Amino acid sequence: MPPLINPVTLFFASIFTSNILLTNFLGMCSFISISKDWKSSFGLGMAVTVVMTITAAVSWIVLRFILVPFGMEYLSFIIFIIVIAAVVQILEMVIDRASPALYLSRGIFLPLITVNCAILGAILFMQIRSYDFIQAITFGAGSGLGWWLAIMLLAAIRERTEKNPVPAGLKGPGITMITIGFMAMAFIGFSGMIAVQ
Amino acid sequence: MNPIILGPLVTAGIAASLALLISLIDRVVNDYGEVSLDINGGKRLYKVRGGSALLGTLAAEGIFVPSACGGRGSCGACKVRVLSDVGPHLPTETPYLSPQEIAQNVRLSCQIKLKKDLQLEMPEELFSVRKFKSTVTLIKDLTYDIKEILFRLEEPKDIEFTAGQYVQMVVPPYGAVKESVQRAYSMSSRPLDKNHVELLIRLVPGGIATTFVHQKLKEGDKVELVGAFGDFHIRDTPAAMVCVAGGSGMAPFKSMFYDMRGNDSFPEKEIWYFFGARTTKDMFYLDELRQLQKDWPRFHFVPALSEPKPEENWTGETGLITDVLEKYIKEKIGKDKGLEGYLCGSPGMINACINVMTRNGIEESKVYYDKFA
Repeated sequence: MPPLINPVTLFFASIFTSNILLTNFLGMCSFISISKDWKSSFGLGMAVTVVMTITAAVSWIVLRFILVPFGMEYLSFIIFIIVIAAVVQILEMVIDRASPALYLSRGIFLPLITVNCAILGAILFMQIRSYDFIQAITFGAGSGLGWWLAIMLLAAIRERTEKNPVPAGLKGPGITMITIGFMAMAFIGFSGMIAVQ
Repeated sequence: MNPIILGPLVTAGIAASLALLISLIDRVVNDYGEVSLDINGGKRLYKVRGGSALLGTLAAEGIFVPSACGGRGSCGACKVRVLSDVGPHLPTETPYLSPQEIAQNVRLSCQIKLKKDLQLEMPEELFSVRKFKSTVTLIKDLTYDIKEILFRLEEPKDIEFTAGQYVQMVVPPYGAVKESVQRAYSMSSRPLDKNHVELLIRLVPGGIATTFVHQKLKEGDKVELVGAFGDFHIRDTPAAMVCVAGGSGMAPFKSMFYDMRGNDSFPEKEIWYFFGARTTKDMFYLDELRQLQKDWPRFHFVPALSEPKPEENWTGETGLITDVLEKYIKEKIGKDKGLEGYLCGSPGMINACINVMTRNGIEESKVYYDKFA
């Protein structure tokens, strides 16, 4: 029985109150390494959003029509990873053909996303919380946008604080981790407003 | 059904159907149809299928852009100038390009996917580059670590090149080496002998190609060669040639000297050849070159040993080749027609020789070299 949460509520909840990055700390590696400038952050965030929405939909179909009938839910980890890889590969080819300019500016992030744990995390949440199809899509899109929002915020902060006098030992990743900690505290303040479980 | 069977079956089934989907989409999406290649302002026009890397597509048309790594983007040799817009330079290209090359839109042809009609510019001599099937007919030990290898060309039978150019030898996978690699070697044979290619190959410890040549290659083996490449050649001026080489760096000079001698070409040029080695163990072709000096008045051969042993009874020059070179440029070589430097060897030796030459009045633009790392 899927939880009775309104898809619209779920969408906004997964952006703000249950932000996948700042409350579950998924997708941290690219979050820290790419957030130096807002242009790349924007590209990566958008790519994550698109991939998350599509993989959530595809994985839901695979889960519902293949894994559940065969009683193979325990294989979901490996199957979802294969699905993510395939979706990213297909997306890369299609974007390359449809819009070479977009491919050159965003396409380089796609292989990076294959190994982004936020994507797998979102899909596994979808499975654990037994979302229906509409919920799965809105949750995927919402989580992706939440990830985009978080990385844009961090990039903006990092660009502003770049010239600030930071103690030598904290330069770079150190101060970034502290920044993320503050951001996470702010976001966690919202948690509990809407129950997405 | 038993989950031990069903599990792998479901996983494999899903993976296989996704792979099938990918290849179907690839077939549809990556079909760029026929595109035209316009090379050097309409001089050559090709109709080819789009969708693959430019390097491979050109090779399929018989145009061999030099590539030592075979298209993996790790050697930076396959440069061509693209006049059409193919987007900004990729991060995989920029490490191999100078700012001027980037401004001229020089690209690595292995990194560019052919999607639409392209206009390209590349040196005309690349069109005479062929891939040759050849048979090894002779392997001779010149020193303990240098071999002279003679290849007879089978298909095509003739190679056109100028003395000083190089070929790339295709080394097949062997032992722990899983991928075919190509390595460049200067030809030591004369351009007149179109049916043969001779290479001098020194064993580099740990080198993939040189280990193959020294340990696996036998007379009668079939080897593929791609060439000829390079713009290391004798300049048509009256200036004297000051040539410096050590070890297998002798190769292009052997080709040049015997070619000049045979054709009596560039009759005004005096030739000075400095050959450096550590001990007589590292020396080869001594008798041939001394004989050449005797028969040919404008050729001067200066062999030098840096660490001769007393028992070797060495009577020639001793010391580092750069010191010998400096002494000769200062005291012995006639400079009235000007001097040109020709170098072949390791980057370290070349840089040292360029220093000696430029501080003794040879312009850097007149020092020519092939740097083999």
